[in-house]
Amino acid sequence: MYKLQYDPEICAKCRTFDCFVRCQYMDLDLEEARQEIHHLLRGEDSRVLNECATCYACEEYCPHGNHPFYQIVDRQEQLKIRPVPIPLTTQQVKMMAPRRQIVPLTVQAPVINMCYFPMLLGCVRGKLFEGASVIVGSDVFCNIMWLHFAKSSVIRERLPQVIQNIENYYLKESGVDELICFHDECYGTYAHLAPSFSIEVPFKPIHLFEYLTKKLTQLRSEIRPINKTVAYQRPCSNRLIPETQHWVDEIFGLVGVDRVEREHDRENALCCGMTIRAMQRDDLADDIQKRNLDDMESVGAEYCVFNCPACFFAMKEVVAKRGMTPILMSELCQMALGE
Amino acid sequence: MEEIYKELVNIVGQSYVSNHAEERFIYSRDMGTMEPSYPDFVVMPNSTEEVQKIILLANKMEIPIVPMGGGLTLSGICRPLKGGIVLDMKRMNRIIEVNETSSYVLVEAGASQGMLQAYLKKHYPGLKHSMPDAPPIATIAGNVLIHGSGHLSAAGGFHSEMLNGLEAVLPTGDVVRVGSCSTSPYWFSRSPLPDLSGLFLGWMGTTGVVTKLAIKLFPNLPFNDVRIFLTDEPELIPDILHRLARVQVAEDIVAAMAPRPDWLRGLQMLIINYGAESEKELTLKREMLRESVRKYIDEKVGGFMPIPPDMKRSFLEVPQSSISRFADLKKGGGFEYVGAIMPIELFPDAYRNGIDIAESHGMTYSLGARIIGLGHSMMFFFAYPFNRADAEDVNNAQKALEDTNEMVLEIGGIPWKAEAPAQKQIIRKMCPNTFALMNRLRAVLDPKGIMNPGNWEVD
Repeated sequence: MYKLQYDPEICAKCRTFDCFVRCQYMDLDLEEARQEIHHLLRGEDSRVLNECATCYACEEYCPHGNHPFYQIVDRQEQLKIRPVPIPLTTQQVKMMAPRRQIVPLTVQAPVINMCYFPMLLGCVRGKLFEGASVIVGSDVFCNIMWLHFAKSSVIRERLPQVIQNIENYYLKESGVDELICFHDECYGTYAHLAPSFSIEVPFKPIHLFEYLTKKLTQLRSEIRPINKTVAYQRPCSNRLIPETQHWVDEIFGLVGVDRVEREHDRENALCCGMTIRAMQRDDLADDIQKRNLDDMESVGAEYCVFNCPACFFAMKEVVAKRGMTPILMSELCQMALGE
Repeated sequence: MEEIYKELVNIVGQSYVSNHAEERFIYSRDMGTMEPSYPDFVVMPNSTEEVQKIILLANKMEIPIVPMGGGLTLSGICRPLKGGIVLDMKRMNRIIEVNETSSYVLVEAGASQGMLQAYLKKHYPGLKHSMPDAPPIATIAGNVLIHGSGHLSAAGGFHSEMLNGLEAVLPTGDVVRVGSCSTSPYWFSRSPLPDLSGLFLGWMGTTGVVTKLAIKLFPNLPFNDVRIFLTDEPELIPDILHRLARVQVAEDIVAAMAPRPDWLRGLQMLIINYGAESEKELTLKREMLRESVRKYIDEKVGGFMPIPPDMKRSFLEVPQSSISRFADLKKGGGFEYVGAIMPIELFPDAYRNGIDIAESHGMTYSLGARIIGLGHSMMFFFAYPFNRADAEDVNNAQKALEDTNEMVLEIGGIPWKAEAPAQKQIIRKMCPNTFALMNRLRAVLDPKGIMNPGNWEVD
C-alpha cells in the first residue's frame, strides 16, 4: 500500500550519481557514489544510510526524478537505521499524533493551511489575508517531517487521513477546492510526496509564494519598497518543489529587496541545523550554521528571510547575533505594505 | 495566657503579636495534607535580642515555640503541634553583608530567596546563590536548615553544605555562633572548628532559633545553556546521571517524569543547566556532556533533544514557574510531595514504585529528581497535587504520601523534611542509639522541651 514510485533500473543505469556526488554533507567521489547506490539497490547497510543529514537535496539533484531521498528513508526504516535516537523519535511521533478533535467548519477561500503551527496564527493578518479562513492543528498536520526520522511508515499511516480531514471537514462542504499552504512542507507533501506514494489529493495545493505574489501584484500601488539587502534561507522541503523558487525572486522584486548572490543559496542552500542536532551532531550543525551565516554576512545581508517556521526558530537568534534581522516571508510582505 | 500576650507585646510591640482567630487560622496549616494545629500566639520579632527575650519568656512559662520561615515545606513542620508561639521570622529579612572576594553572603533568618536573588542581580551581578524551586518568598534559612537543594546543587551539593556559619538562640536563651564567625569577624567557613552547625540542620526547629546565617555564593556566568537528555529506559538513568555529573559541567541536573501530556508518559527527561564565561567555553561544555553519554547516543537509546531558543528560556528560568503551575493543577490549594534523599542507583526502583503508588491511589503525579553533587545522591520527589476542598482527594493524597514514605525507607532512601508521622516512620527504621543520641542532645539543649514539640518524637 502506498508504494513509492521508485525505479531501481534508473539508478542502476545512472552514470552521474548527482544525488550523492552533489551532497553537501558527505564527501563522495564518483566511485564511492556508485558503490553507495549499489548498496542501496541491494538493500544493504551503507554509509549514506547512516550519515544522511536528511536535507532532501538529493531529491532535487536527481536528474531523473527517481526519488532517491524517499528511497533512502524507506531503506533506513527497513534496516532499522535510526538517524535520531529512539526515545526522541518516539516522543515526537506521540507528540505530533492526530488528536482527533477536528470538527466540521465552513470555510471560504482563500483557505490558509497553517499545518501544526498555531504559534504562527498571528501571521495571517492584514490586507494580504483579508477574508481568509485558517485551518490548523494536529489533525491537519502534513506529517512530512518523519522523513527526518526514517519513519515513512508514519507518513503512509497518517497522511491519507489528514488529506481526508482537510477535504471532508473543511473544503468539500464549503465548495472550496484550493488550499494555500503557508509552509513549504505542506505544499511539498501534497504536490510532490503524496503523488510519489500514489496517495490521492482531492484539492489543489497552492504555495504561499504564489498566493503572495498574486496579492502583492494586486496591491502593487500600496507597496513601499523596503530597500534592503536580504539573504534567503531555503528550507529542506523546498527541495521537493524547486519549481516554486521563482516566486521568491518575484516577491523580492515586488517588495523591493535585493537577494544578493551568495554561495549557499538556491541549489547550494544549507540546512538550518535543527534536524542535524536531533541526530546528535551538534558540531556539524554548528559548522553548517557558521558557514551559512558567514556567507550571509559576507554579502552584506541586512535581513535573513525565512519561510520555514522550523528554520526560523532554529536560526533567528544566531541571525540576530550577527546583526541581521530574521523575518518570515509573510512578514516581509506585510512590512512592504506598511503593516 | 493574657500575661504572655502582654509580655510579647512588650517585646515586639502590639502590631507584631496576634492571638486573633484569623492569624491563628492561617498559621495552623500549610498547603499539605497535615491536619491543622492552632498556635496560641503569632509573633514577628525584629532582632536577635527580641528572639532571645521571647525564648526566655517561653522558657519561663514553659510554652512551646515554633520557628517559621516561609512556611512552605508543605509537610506541616511549622504547625504548632502542641500550641504555643509561632515565631514568624519574616521581619528579620536584612541582607547584612556580601563578601564578593570570598563569595559569601550574611543574611538574617527571615531573608527570602527572592530578595537575595534580586539584591545580587542589582548589586553583585557576577554572583548568585542556589535557589530552590520554591516560591521566592521561601526563606534562605528555612531551606538551608531542612537540607534543601536547588539550582546549584550539582555544583555545590545540598544547601546545608553551602552554609558557612550561623547565629542561633538556644532554647535556654543563650545566643551562640557556630563556624568561623564564632572566632573571626569573617563568616567564611565551618572549618576548621568542631562543626556545631549539625546541631541545627535537619532538626525541624527543635534545637533553637537560627537568627543569622552565611551561605556560599557562586559565579553568575554570562553565558548559559540547557540540554535535555531523553530516554525511556529508567534502568539506564543511574549510569547516565553518573556520567553526566562526573564531567563537572552542570550547575544543576534535574530528572522530570510525568504522565501528562500523553507524549511524555514513559519518558525520562534529564534537564542539565550549565554556564560559561564565553560562548566557546559553553560549546566545549556542551561537547563534554555529549561525550559523557556517547555510549547511549550511539546505541540510540537516548539523546539530547534539540531545543529552540524560545523554549530554552523557560528551562533557564530560576526558580521554575512550571512547578507552581503543576502544584495548582487540581485547584483548591493543595499540594504536597515526598522528597526523598537517596543514592542515584535507586532511581529505577523509586520511579517504578512511585508510579505504582500514585496509580493505586488514583492520584495524578509528577516524579523527578534533583542531583546532588557529582551524582553523590539525589532528592527524588513524588509530587501529588490535590484539591483541599475535596475530602476524598485529600485522603487519597495522604495515603499516597504515607505509602511513598514507607516505600522510600524500604528501598534505602530517607524522606526529606518529613511530616510528623513520617518522622516516626524514619525513627522506626533508625539505629536506636542514633535516636537516643538525638534525644540526649535535645535534653541538654532544650531541658524544658519547648522547641517545636511533637517533632522527632515517638508517641
